[in-house]
Amino acid sequence: MVDKTLELFECGHRACGGCGASSAVRMILKGAGENTIVVSPTGCLEVFSTPYPETAWKVPWIHSLFENASAVASGIEASLKRQGRKEKIIIIGGDGATVDIGMLCLSGAFERNHDITYICYDNEAYMNTGIQRSGATPFDASTTTSPAGSCSMGNKHQKKDVPAILAAHGAPYVATATMAYPTDLMKKVETAVNTPGACYIQVHAPCCTGWGFDGSKTIEVGKLAVETGLWVNYEMMNGIVKKAKKVKRKPVEEYLSVQKRFRHLFKPQKNDAEIAKIQAIADANAEKFGIDL
Amino acid sequence: MKEILEGSHAVAEATRLCRPEVIAAYPITPQTHIVEALAQMVADCRLQSEYICVESEFSALSACLGASAAGSRTYSATTSQGLALMFEVCFNVAGMRLPIVMTIANRAMSAPLSIWNDQQDSIALRDSGWIQLYAEDNQEALDLHILAYRVCEDHDILLPAFVCFDGFILTHTYEPVDMPTQEEVDAYLPAFNPYQRLDAKDPISFGMYATPDYYLEFRYENQRAMLRAKDAISKYGALFGEQFGRDYSGLIEGYKLEDAEIALIAMGSICGTIKDAIDEMRADGKKVGLLKIRCYRPFPDEEIASALSHIKTVAVLDKNISLGSKGAVALEVKDALYGSSIDVYDYILGLGGRDIRKKDIKAIVDLAEKGSGDMFYGLREELL
Repeated sequence: MVDKTLELFECGHRACGGCGASSAVRMILKGAGENTIVVSPTGCLEVFSTPYPETAWKVPWIHSLFENASAVASGIEASLKRQGRKEKIIIIGGDGATVDIGMLCLSGAFERNHDITYICYDNEAYMNTGIQRSGATPFDASTTTSPAGSCSMGNKHQKKDVPAILAAHGAPYVATATMAYPTDLMKKVETAVNTPGACYIQVHAPCCTGWGFDGSKTIEVGKLAVETGLWVNYEMMNGIVKKAKKVKRKPVEEYLSVQKRFRHLFKPQKNDAEIAKIQAIADANAEKFGIDL
Repeated sequence: MKEILEGSHAVAEATRLCRPEVIAAYPITPQTHIVEALAQMVADCRLQSEYICVESEFSALSACLGASAAGSRTYSATTSQGLALMFEVCFNVAGMRLPIVMTIANRAMSAPLSIWNDQQDSIALRDSGWIQLYAEDNQEALDLHILAYRVCEDHDILLPAFVCFDGFILTHTYEPVDMPTQEEVDAYLPAFNPYQRLDAKDPISFGMYATPDYYLEFRYENQRAMLRAKDAISKYGALFGEQFGRDYSGLIEGYKLEDAEIALIAMGSICGTIKDAIDEMRADGKKVGLLKIRCYRPFPDEEIASALSHIKTVAVLDKNISLGSKGAVALEVKDALYGSSIDVYDYILGLGGRDIRKKDIKAIVDLAEKGSGDMFYGLREELL
């Protein structure tokens, strides 16, 4: 059972007010429990939680490089196995470290099926370096390296489907979650750390600074992603979707219009054709996962 | 016990005797025979170790980093392109003060692609904070692994080390070696006692970032540890001599150097050829000696200056080139001899596996005597 009163991520760190990732981490550690070792790649989380000589982590924590967290965790797991120790090992990394630069190490660790849980806090761009596009940036989002302009609608590509890629590695448990539904997130983390083998959770973590919304609206924006079908919360056991959160879907406009990264779809005038493309992505998600109520 | 072994197998046996608890490696020529032999030992239960078949060298060293931080003695081996792929992790391991030992089967860097020997690969990592030891023969390669773990794991040192030995020239050559017993190695090398480790019972944060208020001090501490490693290598090298009968107390080693007028300076297997050439030149009345550098990092500058105080001419044989400057060994020798009247000449040679024979050593001595140096030695005629 998750102990919701457990606080393993101290307040006083340097995240922005309203940071989705920091709330996600707090919930993740409640789900994982005290007997946990955390590995973090370079990124926002690493920087805002550990400026030497301060640390926000009340569990053992290690950061090595941007792209090697899965390999570092593989080594830790091998070491604990050799020593007969039973700590849970979780990696908490941003989407850039996970779906882009860390993909090789991630694939290797999942192919070898180390007993680890990889949790990606997905804020859909390189936020630490100033909101550059990653492989997890959604279609048409404007970032500093995929800016909207007079001849561009922003990011040209859809999000890389890393949960499916890792499920294809034979991962016993793959899930998506969002910090906007903390009980669900904590439960999924608890399931993952108690499932032997390499498990993966991708957590939607709205970034008020990078996405352009007020820091008081993080949960609201997170919920809208699910309610519009642009983010689907589901669980896969051994590659098969077992459960997806059903919703009475709202039009995608309600999610897009509250974020500055999609402002170009509404100003100077509303671009119905472009918004329809994003609606089609949500419709496809809804059909694939059968989430419509 | 004396055994006739391939160099790679001698190193694998030495590694087994050091009881690494986690091994992570990725195959690359000419390192493969080492990691294959270790895999077989694990498969045969001759070695109780977690062996991780990683998907790249980058992951190999990253996995070792994690295992070391979690409290295990770790081992890897690589060369050339593999080491280059580890570049970022190498700096990280040293900065995190993790005492990982890694074999480098020295090989040239691409392009052009070459699987053959020179020492450009480990030299390129000279600034990364790893101790660098170079072996002349397979016995020394075997011994230096045991010594390296002893030095690196000392709580006053806590640094990683490369044990470098020349690809193919040593890795694939059979030589007789004196293989210590497990009891002897256990008596010399205690079980790994990590200074600190990842432990849920005593949580600490590893690898935090440092602002400009702190970063300089971390680098200063790293440098101080590296300088302390000189004494540690001498101390444990002497202890090695007492226990195994082969003394490694010197970071450098002289051969017929005491009364020499010309000194050759080199690292690795070429030193064996040089010694044979010196014997022949001595018979002809030439007073030539060798200063072998066993430890390139930390660099034994004072030791070199003191050993060469009576020498008139020095010829440095560099199996590497810092393009746009000189050979990396010559650069540092010149620094060590700054202010002296010794003439130092640099010879870049043997790159990409070009064979160096006794006649070449003699030719280089002739060139140095004539004051001709700072050149690539042995270039094809069409380039001359």
